[in-house]
Amino acid sequence: MSEIHIFSGHYGSGKTEIAVNFAIAQQKAGKNVTIIDLDTVNPYFRTGDLRNMLEDMGISVIAGRFASSNVDMPLAPAEVMRAFGNKGCFIFDVGGDEDGAYALGCYAGRLKKNGFEMHLVVNLRRPLTAAARDIMDIKRGIEAASRLEFTDIYNNTNLSAETDADTITSSVGELVELERLSGLKVVKHCGTKAALSDIEESKAFPMELYLKLPF
Amino acid sequence: MKVLMKGNEAIGEAAVRSGCRHFFGYPITPQTELSAYMAKKLPKAGGVFLQAESEISAVNMVYGAAAAGVRAMTSSSSPGISLKAEGISYLAAADLPCVIVNIMRGGPGLGGIQPAQSDYFQATRGGGHGDYHLIVLAPNSVQEMASLTAEGFNISEKYGIPVMLLGDGTLGQMMEPVDFDLIPEPEAYEKPWAACGTENKREKNVVKTLYLEADELERTVIEREEKYTRVKKELQRYEEKYTDDADIIISSYGITSRIVETAVRKLRDEGIKAGIIRPITLWPFPEDIYKKVDPKAFLSVEMSTGQMVEDIKLACECRRPVYFTGRTGGVIPSPQEIAEKAKQILKEVCGDGI
Repeated sequence: MSEIHIFSGHYGSGKTEIAVNFAIAQQKAGKNVTIIDLDTVNPYFRTGDLRNMLEDMGISVIAGRFASSNVDMPLAPAEVMRAFGNKGCFIFDVGGDEDGAYALGCYAGRLKKNGFEMHLVVNLRRPLTAAARDIMDIKRGIEAASRLEFTDIYNNTNLSAETDADTITSSVGELVELERLSGLKVVKHCGTKAALSDIEESKAFPMELYLKLPF
Repeated sequence: MKVLMKGNEAIGEAAVRSGCRHFFGYPITPQTELSAYMAKKLPKAGGVFLQAESEISAVNMVYGAAAAGVRAMTSSSSPGISLKAEGISYLAAADLPCVIVNIMRGGPGLGGIQPAQSDYFQATRGGGHGDYHLIVLAPNSVQEMASLTAEGFNISEKYGIPVMLLGDGTLGQMMEPVDFDLIPEPEAYEKPWAACGTENKREKNVVKTLYLEADELERTVIEREEKYTRVKKELQRYEEKYTDDADIIISSYGITSRIVETAVRKLRDEGIKAGIIRPITLWPFPEDIYKKVDPKAFLSVEMSTGQMVEDIKLACECRRPVYFTGRTGGVIPSPQEIAEKAKQILKEVCGDGI
C-alpha cells in the first residue's frame, strides 16, 4: 500500500502551494515522494512550473507532458497509476472545484482500495468561500464529482503577501462553524512562519512560497 | 475588508457592485474565471449570466442590453476579441455604453494561452471598421482591475463610448488582496435614448447604425469625432515616477509596468537616473505628459514586438529618441533585461560620460 494525500478545494485556495510544501516536508522526513499535477482546469501557476526545483530535491513529478505549455490539454498521464501498488508517498494536486475533481474520480476505485487522506483546502478570504455554508457547497460538489470523501481540513486563509497573524486568527470563528457543518476537523493552519505566530505548533503548517510572479 | 482574488474574479465582483446585471460571455483561456464568477454571482444578484453560442452572439447581446439602457459586459481573450470586432464597431457606432474585457494572450491567430500585450493596436486603433475609438483602460494590479472596471462603467455612460478594459493573462490569473470599499461608486446618467419601452408616453427610440444618406452618416461621424476630441482633453490618465531628473523615461502599461518598476529601482540603486511614465488610459493616450518631460531618451517596454512605442513617438513629437524592448508570444521580460537595455541606450545617447 502507498501513502496517498489528496489536496483539493476551491480554485485559488492555495492547493498547489500546500501540495508542494507538503511534498518537500515529507521528503525531508525521509520518504520517497512523488507529486502528481492533476490540474486539468487551469494552465497558470502549476506544479509543473516547479518541476526542475522539485526534481533537484529528489521529488518525482508526474504532470501531463504538455502541462504549462501552449498545447496544454486536460489529460491524466498514465504514470499516475504508479501511485497504486508501489511503496512511497504520493501527493495529488487536484484542479479547483468539482470541475477539477472529475479527473480524480477516474481513480476513485483504486484510491478507496489503497486508502487515502483527502484534505479540503480553504481560504476564507476568498469571496466565494468566505462562509462555511459556501465551502460546504464546494465540498459537496467535489465529493460528488470525485466519488471520494474528504478526511480533514487545511486552513489556508491568506491575503498573499499581506497575510499576517490576524488574517489567520480572524478565520477561526467561521472554521468552528465549518467543523460543525462538515463533521471534519481543521488539522492544520498554513502560512509563513511569521503569520503562524499565534497558532499552536502541532497545528501549524509552515510554508515557503515557491510559486512566484515574474517581478 | 480585504479579500484575495484573481484579477478575472475582481473584474466580475467590481462589475456586479457597479450595477452590471447583464453578462454575455464565451469561454477562452486566460479569462474564463470572469465568466465562471459571473455565472455563480449574477443569478444571486438578480442578474442574467448567459453563455452565448459564440463571441459574435455575446457581443451583440451586449448591444441589445446596452440599447435597453442597462449596464452590460462581455469578456474574452485576443482571438475572441477579433471575433467580437464587428459588434464592437456597431456598439461604437450606436454610442452605446458598455464594458468589454480583453485579457490578452499571445497572437496572432490562435496563438497561445500565455500572457501578451500584442492587441494594443487592435484596442487603440479600432479592430473593427469605421471611424471610431474605444476608451481603453489598462490596469496593472488586481486592485486596479476592480477600480477601473467600476470607473469604466461610469466613463462609458458619461461619454456614450464603449470602454475596453485591457489586461493580460498574468493579471487575469494572479491573486492579490483587493479592497472593494475603495472602488468608485456607480454614477447615474440619464439615458433618454434607451429603447426600454415607451409606455405610450413618447415617440419610440431607435438605436441604429445604418445611415444610407451619405451626408447624414457624415454628420453622425463628425459629431462622434467632436466627442473624441473632448475625451482626449479630459481623460488622459497616467502614473509618473522620478521623471524630474530622469535621463531615461521607461514607459509600459499593465503587468509589464510592475516589472519595469523593479528594473527602475535596480537602475536607481546603481545611480542611473531612470524614470517612469505608465499610461493608464491607452486611448486617449496621455500625450500631454510626454510633451512636458525632457529626458535624453524614452524606452517603451511591451509584451509585443512594439506597438505603444509608436504612440510615444507621436506624443513626444520625436524630440528625443524613442527605443523599444520587449518579449512576445507569451514570454515575459525580466527586470534584468530591461535594466540592461536602459543602460545600453544611455551609452548610445550620451557616450561613456554617464
